[in-house]
Amino acid sequence: MHLEPIDCDIEAGGLGAAAAQAFQWQKAYGEALGAERFISISGAHVDACMYHGLSSLDFVSHLNRLGGRVRVPTTLNAAILDVHQPALYGDDDRVEKQKALTQRYVELGCVPTMTCAPYQRMVRPSVGDHVVWAESNAIVFANSVLGARTDRYGDFADICAALTGRTPELGLHVARNRAATLIIELPSPSTCLPRDIYFGLVGYCVGSQSDGHIPALLGLPADATEDDLKSLGAAAASAGGLAMFHGVGITPEAPDLEIACQDNPRACRAITVREAQLLEIWEGLNTADTGEEIDAICLGAPHFSLAECEQLAQLLSGETKRADVEFFVSVSRETLAQLQTGTAYQTLVNFGVQFVTDTCTYIVPAFKKGARRVMTNSVKWAHYGPANLGLEVRLAGLEACVETGCEGT
Amino acid sequence: MRIQCRSLLSGQAYGSLLKLGAPLSFWGGVDLKTATICDAFHPNKGARIGGSILAMPAARGSSSASSALLELVRAGAAPSAILLCQSDPILLIGAIVARDIYNVTIPMALISPADWSALGHADTATLVPSADDQPEKQPQLLLDLAPPRPLSQQL
Repeated sequence: MHLEPIDCDIEAGGLGAAAAQAFQWQKAYGEALGAERFISISGAHVDACMYHGLSSLDFVSHLNRLGGRVRVPTTLNAAILDVHQPALYGDDDRVEKQKALTQRYVELGCVPTMTCAPYQRMVRPSVGDHVVWAESNAIVFANSVLGARTDRYGDFADICAALTGRTPELGLHVARNRAATLIIELPSPSTCLPRDIYFGLVGYCVGSQSDGHIPALLGLPADATEDDLKSLGAAAASAGGLAMFHGVGITPEAPDLEIACQDNPRACRAITVREAQLLEIWEGLNTADTGEEIDAICLGAPHFSLAECEQLAQLLSGETKRADVEFFVSVSRETLAQLQTGTAYQTLVNFGVQFVTDTCTYIVPAFKKGARRVMTNSVKWAHYGPANLGLEVRLAGLEACVETGCEGT
Repeated sequence: MRIQCRSLLSGQAYGSLLKLGAPLSFWGGVDLKTATICDAFHPNKGARIGGSILAMPAARGSSSASSALLELVRAGAAPSAILLCQSDPILLIGAIVARDIYNVTIPMALISPADWSALGHADTATLVPSADDQPEKQPQLLLDLAPPRPLSQQL
């Protein structure tokens, strides 16, 4: 790899022993994957802060001992549980372990945002910015919706880049690798497909059919919101490791098909998705039969935005929650704090919404009694929940989730 | 049989070859205590990856696969080498870090589709760095495969 003076300085320890260690790992990584040089980044989002076992602590403690300090603004991804509410998890010792792990990353200079939706923050990357983001749904959002540039990063590569401010130029950092190479024509939302479910199912379908390609999506509603595209991207990343899509006429690098494909749309394979395929995916993700009693509603995978919380408050206003149903909403610490300054928060709390920050309810169960059936409007939750927690799931639109939370059927 | 493959992370390994029928996600797909494949939909569900030379068409899944690999290394239950048809940056960084944190090297190599189909199940495999590496060329690893030992010799 060609090294610039700054790289040589980092390698020689000019920016401290932790940056030198991180750089050594990054160089081995870049060389193995065929990078020719390093580029500078303007920010990082770190997933290595999620506690998986003592190795998580061993790794970061090594960097702490070397006196590590991040060189770019760095946020932290979700944790395995909400450390503010240990009672939700019984006497799980992972609460203390997660606290200790988060603290080690804070000592490196990271901001403990503990969210899978770093794009909901006021400060976020913009078109053309190079960042190093880990967390699959955030990667898709950064590349597709913000037009920022991040490759698919795993744990450790994220904090290494934060410590050096550099990353090997690979994958989606390179402009030509961002061209659409597959065209997917989509059906429109319809009465059979509530809008929130539509975007999730489209994502799941696109993710499972893209097979390493970046798809250009035709036919998405022109008024698609960031929350809609969030659920599309999260479902696509869960289903097939997708790291970027172009919403033609919607996302910043796709004002039209020609530009999305970097002037070569005729070279792309085109496929058409029918509504029936989306309905089939929906049925496959629904492991709980209609009519069976639901024990909990879980919303906010990825974390609910302020707008989504406010929409939910409107639906719940004046309603009473069924006593035997738990109603979870996962949000970031920052969204919760912001929500608490408005009136929607009280409406949600009065109804009986249980807020969970820092995490997602499909990682470590937070249910009071062993829930068997969960209802959600998140395709990502429906994908991971049953396998992670061994329960059944019913996937339905937000309004149907609310209706069930009120009536329990 | 001897196969030459491109090295992603150099090193030596010996073990039984475990060829997977589908891509595997290390996070969520592998029990990190027993190193057993626990993904209910995986064709090799129940197989133990610990100590094996693990061959898979590709890796799958979340950013946490590198953490999952490091946790397996800590438990002494990681594969002894990983062979892939498509390079995987997430597993690679996990293996690179493991070398310094736990002093354990998990060599990783890219294998061509033609060689992939030549891999049998449950062969015994040895992986060593190629002796004729030239500095200007991508480093290579040599994979030697032997048929499974007869039952009489296994006990």
